[in-house]
Amino acid sequence: MSTTGERSAHGTIYQRVQASPEFGDLRRRLRRFVFPMSALFLIWYLVYVLLASYAPAFMATRLAGNFTVGLLIGLLQFVSTFLITTLYVRFADRTLDPAAERLRHEIEGEA
Amino acid sequence: MTAQLAQAQGTVGNVGLNIGIFAAFVLLTLVVVYRASRSNRTASDYYAAGRSFSGSQNGIAISGDYLSAASFLGIAGAIAVYGYDGFLYSIGFLVAWLVALLLVAELLRNTGKFTMGDVLSFRMRQRPVRAAAATSTLVVSFFYLIAQMAGAGGLIALLLQIPNSDKLGQSIVIAVVGLVMIAYVLVGGMKGTTYVQIIKAALLVVGAFVMTFWVLGKYGLNFSALLGGAVEKSSKGEALLAPGLQYKNKIDFISLGVALVLGTAGLPHILMRFYTVPTAKEARKSVVWAIWLIGVFYLFTLVLGYGAAALVGPDVISKAPGGVNSAAPLLAFELGGEILLGLISAIAFATILAVVAGLTITASASFAHDVYANVLKKGQTSPGAEVKVARRTALLIGIVAIAGGILANGQNVAFLVALAFAVAASANLPTILYSLFWKRFNTMGALWSIYGGLAVCLVLIVFSPAVSGSETAMIKGADFAWFPLSNPGIVSIPVSFLLGVIGTFAGRREPFDSEKYAEMEVRSLTGAGSEKATVDA
Repeated sequence: MSTTGERSAHGTIYQRVQASPEFGDLRRRLRRFVFPMSALFLIWYLVYVLLASYAPAFMATRLAGNFTVGLLIGLLQFVSTFLITTLYVRFADRTLDPAAERLRHEIEGEA
Repeated sequence: MTAQLAQAQGTVGNVGLNIGIFAAFVLLTLVVVYRASRSNRTASDYYAAGRSFSGSQNGIAISGDYLSAASFLGIAGAIAVYGYDGFLYSIGFLVAWLVALLLVAELLRNTGKFTMGDVLSFRMRQRPVRAAAATSTLVVSFFYLIAQMAGAGGLIALLLQIPNSDKLGQSIVIAVVGLVMIAYVLVGGMKGTTYVQIIKAALLVVGAFVMTFWVLGKYGLNFSALLGGAVEKSSKGEALLAPGLQYKNKIDFISLGVALVLGTAGLPHILMRFYTVPTAKEARKSVVWAIWLIGVFYLFTLVLGYGAAALVGPDVISKAPGGVNSAAPLLAFELGGEILLGLISAIAFATILAVVAGLTITASASFAHDVYANVLKKGQTSPGAEVKVARRTALLIGIVAIAGGILANGQNVAFLVALAFAVAASANLPTILYSLFWKRFNTMGALWSIYGGLAVCLVLIVFSPAVSGSETAMIKGADFAWFPLSNPGIVSIPVSFLLGVIGTFAGRREPFDSEKYAEMEVRSLTGAGSEKATVDA
């Protein structure tokens, strides 16, 4: 990369950007969204797997006709996956992209 | 041909018609691949299709790569025979995409160039980490390849009516599949392979959609009535609607679940697809497309699986050529006779071809780019020479895949893929996450986590009931199993995460490269300095 080798008194452009408050803010926003969200869906998935292995009778409970609790919870996993995907895209488009773009221009403009 | 089926329906399909439909698909895709290949000039063209695909195109191609024979044949078959337990596969395979979306895809696209090794070695000592990344890429791809080729064997058995007893006949057809796949990769590179994935994904989703509504139509669009039909037809009755038919061992079930959800984001052939788009935003869009397509497709397989149980019957499926994997094609025959069987089988076949091509290009890229160019030649090689090595490696991998496929013929495809997921989650995922998010992570940590995770996972597989000492084992008659679980994920994945930490502390005297760390972190989040799209004709 043409930008990597350019040093100043405060290190490379990447080091300066990394130390900047704007970048710190971007990193914090990203992590504050993706870490809790990942924990959430992994726990919800684990609950499902544990129910399927330790509570098969509960999962076999009929809700309507032959439709069981297990099928409902399974389908809810689909719903939650679609929902989290949509939430993340909205968050990334609105919050992450503009900040990332500003920083990128700053870096590539200096190169 | 099973006796029951032969009696009930005369014959399953028309061999000439099946071959005709399949040949038409191969011909069409080869033309597309050939046309795509004319703009292949640089290494970036060969490995990453010149980064010229849009997010939606790549998303469809990712679904094409991901919805392998395991998804279509394996899951539908597992649901048909084991009922609810088969559904766990689809849920794990889908939820896993959130790991890729939230934690991996965009950061990886911003940081790397062609392979997983690019990202893992970014701020580490290049040669050892690249060699490790290439090793695990090759092992995961190999497991995955074998699974696909085994699926090809079962499908061919049904399609060309080559009975399970005729191992030679089936082997020859597996070899033909392998050769066509090699042709795709050598001629088309990543661009050609991507077009094959896109065509195949479209055919697969449309085919599954048609069959799903056809099946539901037979039950007045009433899913509950369809489930009732499945329960009636199965010798296991009501148990088909509850978990526990396939997995008697509760811990094994959990282990499988963990491997599935953590495996996807460590699959090298999926990771490599993110390099075919120009920006991280497009990478995000690809994952979103993939999640929707894959999710909807798995909803279809739920209907198809129970539909096959209701209309064909689990016992007939288990005894058919190709066994459990034959549920979807048999259902197609039940619904639409030999024409639909021919079409669906051709689609399933296309699925296998496309996935195998994707795996081959990934494995060959990893060998040529990580091992040959960066480890052996220390970066002193021309891209042209590198691509030449990649092509030769593709040829070799194709031959290995053919041999492996012949050996694994008859194994359940979804089960074999689950092992590949366990290896990917153990060897790759911890290192990927640590190197993206953990500042102190270092070369030693990466090596411990990759090699340690890989070794633990492989050893546990070898000594598991999947390989010996059970009715369904790969090596029948032998019993050297001491590990009780058929999927090692629940042990090997935490061990690998732990080894990454221990290794990092063991190597804490390594000098910390704050420049490289800053470059990696800033690039991964902002996309500055990332590989650009090459201008495309």
